[in-house]
Amino acid sequence: MNKDIFVAIEHLRDEVANISYMMLAAARMLANHTGGEVVALLFGYQQEHLAEDLEADSVWYTDHPALADFGPDTYLDLLEYQIQGAAPRALLFGHSSIGMDLASSLSARLELPLVSQCRDLVLKADSAKFVCQICGGKMMAEGYLPEPTALITMVPGDLSPELGRSTKAPQVYRQTVPEFGESRFTVRQYVEPDTADIDITKEDFLVAVGRGLQNRDDLELVEQLATTLGAAVCASRPIVDQGWLPTSRLIGKSGRIVKPKIYLALGISGAPEHVEGITGSDLIIAINTDPRAPIFEVAHLGADVDMLDLVDELNNQLELAPVG
Amino acid sequence: MKIVVPIKLVPDLVEELVIDESGLKLDSFELILCLNEFDDHAIEQAILLKEKDGSHVTIIALGMEEADEVLFTAAAKGADELLRITGDFEDDLNNHSYAQILKPVIAELKPDLILTGVQAHNDLDGQLGPLIAEYLGFPYVGYVGGVDSQIDEVTVHKEYPGGLVAEVSVKLPAVLGIQAAEMPPRYVAFSRIRQARNTATIKEQTVTSSEQDYGPSINRLYHPKSRKRAKMIDGEADVVAAQLLSILQERSSMQRGQS
Ligand SMILES: Cc1cc2nc3c(=O)[nH]c(=O)nc-3n(C[C@H](O)[C@H](O)[C@H](O)COP(=O)(O)OP(=O)(O)OC[C@H]3O[C@@H](n4cnc5c(N)ncnc54)[C@H](O)[C@@H]3O)c2cc1C
Ligand SMILES: Nc1ncnc2c1ncn2[C@@H]1O[C@H](COP(=O)(O)O)[C@@H](O)[C@H]1O
Repeated sequence: MNKDIFVAIEHLRDEVANISYMMLAAARMLANHTGGEVVALLFGYQQEHLAEDLEADSVWYTDHPALADFGPDTYLDLLEYQIQGAAPRALLFGHSSIGMDLASSLSARLELPLVSQCRDLVLKADSAKFVCQICGGKMMAEGYLPEPTALITMVPGDLSPELGRSTKAPQVYRQTVPEFGESRFTVRQYVEPDTADIDITKEDFLVAVGRGLQNRDDLELVEQLATTLGAAVCASRPIVDQGWLPTSRLIGKSGRIVKPKIYLALGISGAPEHVEGITGSDLIIAINTDPRAPIFEVAHLGADVDMLDLVDELNNQLELAPVG
Repeated sequence: MKIVVPIKLVPDLVEELVIDESGLKLDSFELILCLNEFDDHAIEQAILLKEKDGSHVTIIALGMEEADEVLFTAAAKGADELLRITGDFEDDLNNHSYAQILKPVIAELKPDLILTGVQAHNDLDGQLGPLIAEYLGFPYVGYVGGVDSQIDEVTVHKEYPGGLVAEVSVKLPAVLGIQAAEMPPRYVAFSRIRQARNTATIKEQTVTSSEQDYGPSINRLYHPKSRKRAKMIDGEADVVAAQLLSILQERSSMQRGQS
């Protein structure tokens, strides 16, 4: 029977992604349940050192110049080759820019079942279940881990990445490289995020705006509030996509991960991709007209009032009696 | 270029989501569907490419007549061809099955580029884009936030965490998973949509479905149990504001006390 749990390690510019450590932690739980081992699949070029702190029983490292950058063609060929031979109980990917380019394709190619947006694994003596977070965090879907090999894309849950790090280097097995076909992808260059702007990861107090701010003009009122409070303004994705604030102010999965003392979320629903970026905050205060908005599941304090009414009130009251 | 955009309708998250009697899916009577947010970006990106290089844009939707409004809206934005697929399949088809249904339909259109939304919030069995790509043997890149077309390839901006972007060239024909169009999806006036209703036609194509079993089966659907729900401040905005300010005041004097 298939017992081992495989983890497709993601790394970018010589750093292993946080989600990979979380996946290793989840894989360990699952392996304890199945009685198998945790195997980390690591692809790279002169990057064997990335294996050093992976909490796995073994690391299968594949080294090739074609693996220097992430490219779906080479990665998929390798995964197909390695998974078919090993038939693990599960193969974990990040629900991420790398993992999502691979998992669905591999599922179609190998005709293996795929569970996406998995947040938790519920393991009992006689069953193993996945729990997916869907509908922007408003619904959970639970089911038995499909067989024979479950491909899973994982979103960050309650497991700390620290659990996936080890001080003891794992056993590394260098893999033979199959003949790669011609890749249909070429990485031309990497473009760095803008560093001219303030670094929102260093701010103690953040005022974040979301789609609840319906007009660009009202951003000024929020900025005024932030200035009086000594806070910096940041945003969810739709605000940045509209071009109302620069990418350097984006919080979440594709933006920054922040840990301020205070995070005031105005008109943000609390989609998992946003929440990913704020769970380390000391105090989260959420303002949203929808009392069922998922943001209230992560916030410490909340109110279901109109964000603009509140911003107006705060501005007025601050004018009369400044915080200080 | 010939561009095809297959779209998906998803539950509108602004509405209350009601679970049906089976406890396994959302109650279809209570459900309001809307266009997947990222598909809207895929449509926008297609129209932007059309405006740049004269591409021909086909939008494909599945099943329900609810899709008509979305298709006509796309036509009002500039889409050239509208296609609705009907057949004997369930409304809540999984992505593997939808991709299998789309495979011959898209292949016949001989597209250079297929644009999909990078994900939908109710995806349980992976994403539509990479599944279509694999079934058609085309390359796929997701998390795309900008597309430049050349002769036989496109250069895309692939997003990585922290705002890092990789410029990646992909050989055509290809499938892209659009995260955000270069410009936010345009607004079209209702009158233009009504006009499109009168001038554009939706071609219907009937297919026989092939249910794919690679999706996970769900035993239970439920609203998240709060791990720790926020303490709610009651009252109107003025009361909330006053309370918040006193909390902030307390915090800032506490911090001063610490340092
Ligand atoms: C691959 C991927 C990566 C992503 N990365 C990120 C990321 O890094 N960061 C990010 O934020 N998103 C990201 N997203 C997008 C994410 O899925 C959500 O779409 C986004 O976070 C929603 O932003 P929002 O909460 O502002 O908007 P919505 O979800 O539309 O929520 C708006 C909220 O405002 C409330 N509201 C409306 N009017 C008012 C009012 N007057 N007063 C108070 N409240 C009001 C509504 O009740 C609603 O809850 C990503 C998505 C994908 C697919
Ligand atoms: N993959 C599976 N498919 C169906 N039933 C299962 C599966 N795995 C375990 N079960 C059984 O289903 C029963 C119900 O489990 P539970 O929902 O956890 O109470 C348990 O007795 C399990 O043994």
